[in-house]
Amino acid sequence: MRPGDSQEKRNEWPRAIRNGMLEAWPICLGYLAIGLAFGVIAQKAGLHPLEIGCMSLLVYAGSSQFIAVSMLSAGAGFFAIVITTFIVNLRHLLMSSSLSRYFRDLGQGWLSALAYGVTDESFALNTANFREGDWDWRRALVLNQTSNLAWIGSTMAGGYGGQFIPAGAFGIDYALVAMFICLLIFQIRGALYVVIALIAGLAAVLLSLIIPGNAYIFIASVTAATLGVLLKRFGFFRKMERGS
Amino acid sequence: MIQTDYLLIVIGMGVVTYIPRWIPLLYLSRRGLPKWFAEWLDFIPAAILSALIFPLLVTTGEPRHLDLLQPELFVAIPTLIVAVKTRSLAGTVIFGMILYWIAGQYI
Repeated sequence: MRPGDSQEKRNEWPRAIRNGMLEAWPICLGYLAIGLAFGVIAQKAGLHPLEIGCMSLLVYAGSSQFIAVSMLSAGAGFFAIVITTFIVNLRHLLMSSSLSRYFRDLGQGWLSALAYGVTDESFALNTANFREGDWDWRRALVLNQTSNLAWIGSTMAGGYGGQFIPAGAFGIDYALVAMFICLLIFQIRGALYVVIALIAGLAAVLLSLIIPGNAYIFIASVTAATLGVLLKRFGFFRKMERGS
Repeated sequence: MIQTDYLLIVIGMGVVTYIPRWIPLLYLSRRGLPKWFAEWLDFIPAAILSALIFPLLVTTGEPRHLDLLQPELFVAIPTLIVAVKTRSLAGTVIFGMILYWIAGQYI
């Protein structure tokens, strides 16, 4: 029997919707700040709020949207923009791979729906919630879609006149950074994780200074995780892992 | 209201963004993974989060350059301590925002 089939399972939705929406608040705050900024920039580049909303709905990936708008105003064509978008968003491949562990035996339809909402932020928050235990695919889906609505709404609001909202009010620009810092701490479960995080962070800084774009995220993460597996295989940190 | 050329570009962007999100969920969730790969995936969240955060804190500008004197970094240190001590997402986010806001008033 697939999840979602029986009457009993269907009754789990109301609680999942409440939990998923409540947990999404740090992402919504962060998206509000970035979304308004994006809307203002996109509107200045000549996009109608409906066109902005259309992009936020169909693409739903912040940094690639900023890049696409700047490429549009520079007169770039279809293939240049689409290929750049593909490269910028390729990092989601890693996030979906990592999240797949939590969606065993889920039907293809629900998996496809979950895939749509995978962002840096939803990936980080869902992963933390799955680790804590009281979390499932329904809550993950609701969290994704709540964040998605916040993104679409705030980008369109920006397009309609977000310039009237003071930039940087209440430190809202820092919401996602603080969230990432806290979620990183949640991921640290022993000395090996500290080493992996430091390798990834330092590699990311170095690479980000050398290569343009955001490929540094992908390269640094893959390098650090691979070194982590090797370190574990060759027996470093085994003692510390046991001790922790 | 929405021009056809624009719509085509956005649809193209949507398709190439969706595919890397979709393929791993669809295929990896249905099979048993080798142990080394499961370990590797277990390290990915810490690695990605760190790779996302560090450059935000110590680089700035376009083209990017190193800047160790920005409020992002100063605020990150107490925020990190609050995260370790409280292990509270809400507390950490609110603390970080307020501190960053205050820092913005004076720097």
